[in-house]
Amino acid sequence: MIVELGHLALILAFCASMFQLVVPTIGLRYRWFNVASLASPLITIQFLLTLLSFIILVLAFVRSDFSVKLVAKNSHTLKPLIYKISGTWGNHEGSMLLWVLILTFFGFLVAFFGNNLRNSFKIKVLIIQSAIACFFFAFILFTSNPFERYDIPPFNGLGLNPLLQDPGLAFHPPFLYLGYVGLSMSFSFAVAALIEGKVDSVWARWVRPWTLLAWIFLTIGIALGSWWAYYELGWGGWWFWDPVENASFMPWLISAALVHSAIVLEKREILKSWTILLAILAFSFSLLGTFIVRSGIITSVHAFATDPTRGIFILLILVVATGGGLALFAVRYRHLNSTHSFSVISRESALVVNNLLLVVSSFVVLIGTLWPLFSDLVFEKRVSVGPPYFDIAFTPFFVAIAMVLPVGAMLTWKRSNLSYAIFSLWPALLLGISLGALVWSFQTGGRMLGPVGVSLATWLICGALADLWSRARGKTMVNRFFRLLRTHRSDFGKCVAHCGLGIIIFGISAITAWESEDIRVLSPGETYTMGQYELKFLEVNKFQNQNYIATQGEFRVYKDEDYLFSLFPEKRFYPIARVGTTEAAIDQNLLRDLYLVLGEEQESGMWSIRTYLKPFAIWIWIGAFSMAIGGALSISDRRFRFSSGAKKFSKAML
Amino acid sequence: MSFIWGARPLALSFIFFLMPLLALSVEPNEILNNPDLEDRARSISKSLRCLVCRNESIDDSNAELARDLRLLVRERLVLGDNDKEIIDYVVGRYGEYVLLKPKFSFSNIFLWLCGPIMFILGLLFVVSFYWRKTKTEEIHLSDEDENKITELLKD
Repeated sequence: MIVELGHLALILAFCASMFQLVVPTIGLRYRWFNVASLASPLITIQFLLTLLSFIILVLAFVRSDFSVKLVAKNSHTLKPLIYKISGTWGNHEGSMLLWVLILTFFGFLVAFFGNNLRNSFKIKVLIIQSAIACFFFAFILFTSNPFERYDIPPFNGLGLNPLLQDPGLAFHPPFLYLGYVGLSMSFSFAVAALIEGKVDSVWARWVRPWTLLAWIFLTIGIALGSWWAYYELGWGGWWFWDPVENASFMPWLISAALVHSAIVLEKREILKSWTILLAILAFSFSLLGTFIVRSGIITSVHAFATDPTRGIFILLILVVATGGGLALFAVRYRHLNSTHSFSVISRESALVVNNLLLVVSSFVVLIGTLWPLFSDLVFEKRVSVGPPYFDIAFTPFFVAIAMVLPVGAMLTWKRSNLSYAIFSLWPALLLGISLGALVWSFQTGGRMLGPVGVSLATWLICGALADLWSRARGKTMVNRFFRLLRTHRSDFGKCVAHCGLGIIIFGISAITAWESEDIRVLSPGETYTMGQYELKFLEVNKFQNQNYIATQGEFRVYKDEDYLFSLFPEKRFYPIARVGTTEAAIDQNLLRDLYLVLGEEQESGMWSIRTYLKPFAIWIWIGAFSMAIGGALSISDRRFRFSSGAKKFSKAML
Repeated sequence: MSFIWGARPLALSFIFFLMPLLALSVEPNEILNNPDLEDRARSISKSLRCLVCRNESIDDSNAELARDLRLLVRERLVLGDNDKEIIDYVVGRYGEYVLLKPKFSFSNIFLWLCGPIMFILGLLFVVSFYWRKTKTEEIHLSDEDENKITELLKD
């Protein structure tokens, strides 16, 4: 009965979203403001109803109610409780419900916090947000209903895919969706602004934190996903340029561009139409990602239950949203004139270059992802586009971004001169080049990736620090240091995020250039050497856990005859799904990961063992989280709070 | 991978970022004794697609066919073929689909040049923007505008 309540709540939410499309629009048209003001309560109702239906679905999973098809197909009584809960969004239907829950939640936030927005503008934003929600409600109800029942419930469920029985599932998809869906806010704001024909710094002040928030969530979601892949797959791969990964990377790149161009719009009231275009594109890319993932139109290793009807439905949403947004843009963009000018050497120009590089690199990813499809349709030729292509085609643009970034960040608005930036940055440049040269002279083998990576990373990190330092002016060093503590949080955020990029570049080039691998067959009791470590293979044990059977190897690691620690790599077999997984044993510190995998048992009682030494691996994720933290610091800046500046300003201007 | 699909094709739920790659790829008995040749074998395998898998290189895949291809690559290496000859041989047998790095050919020209072309076009657009700006409006901010901006930047 309670499951039907959830279904009913979802249907009512759908009705509310349709109601919202019509009623406030009429209210706006005839200037019946009481009617138009229904937008806020209506979106709140949608959110609460969706929340109710989501909670009911979670409850059905927790109670293992196998009369619900979705639960029977994706859960099992023996599963640990946390995976029963996270299993709710470990499938297509449930994850779409989470998606639309987040969508209405963002709408609700605007209704709740948007008191300082002009009323008619806020209503327009809410109407557009509901239009998107409306499509997705229809999508869920008509093609992927999570509340479908069985006439005769099975005795037990089929269980969750063992690979997904991991804490990663609890956090990775929700964060990613918060990011994807967060971009719907920028889209709604952009479309509403186009309808009104007015874009100003107040608008940018609203859009920037929302985009930044979405970008932070995307960063965390992508980082968590790649971390999950790293420890779960059994050989430490962390990025594959797979279509589904690209689907999350493209909106990340575009939203990074949008965050930067919104700064320009906010401070200088220029790049208006460009910022609007980016806002439309960012959400289009996240819809495109959804389409790629759910339709299965492009072969990806990410197995997703795919269904052509669903694909067509999402394609429809994509066409309406993107097409509608772009058409509106084409008609209205001339109204968005920017009046202020700026010189070639200025912060504005630097951010234009940043935007150009980010957008071009995201289109390279887009074309690489869609090319197999295009080539098949146009040339009737099947081709594959894999990591070697992206390494060559994508990397140069990012290297360029890294090279330009510290200089651009130092320039002042309107008119600047390069000599000041160069004056502050030459230590960073010198340090970067010399560290790179040092690394080059120490390393054996000719790959340039390591030294170049180290140079770029040093340049970025020292450049970001120099930028922050130059903001604190004072006579003595101590004086300056105290001033530094009082600089704006958004300046700190900028520094931390840009350092994060440097750290990621360092981590990626280090792991790619200096990783070492060892594959061998061993019998228990034998010892072998890996880098500076001696590893002793003790024994293999089998034991049973709640829902799997584990085969666990025990290894002792020594360095110079001293015992350091033991590692327990594992293979698991899940009888319900009849699937096995590998659980690598990883000893991690800031300098290297020792990554140990237990392979197949050989005929003679020996085991194949893989050992990897991955230098500085953890820095990839430290860098990613620094970027997210930098974004969060920036959002928390006093100047960003909607109440302070925006209110005063919107009253003055509107 | 293939056996997972065989087990429960549609019920298989979603994996957002994860490759269902379980058993391991290169087995110890495949490895060549000569480390230089083995290095070359690994780098060639990384650029060849496993045809029965979904977007995996034969180096990563644990499918039978991938294993056969890895052995084939190593066999040819031992016989003394160079990297290009081996790749051409595999392409001759399985078609261009097997290459993870598409050829720089007529039909793929846009794929390879799209990045640079877009970058140059973008750059031209930006330059024309500056040119137009300097030509048409040598504007100086009115006092009112200046005040607005200072107010904006103040808080």
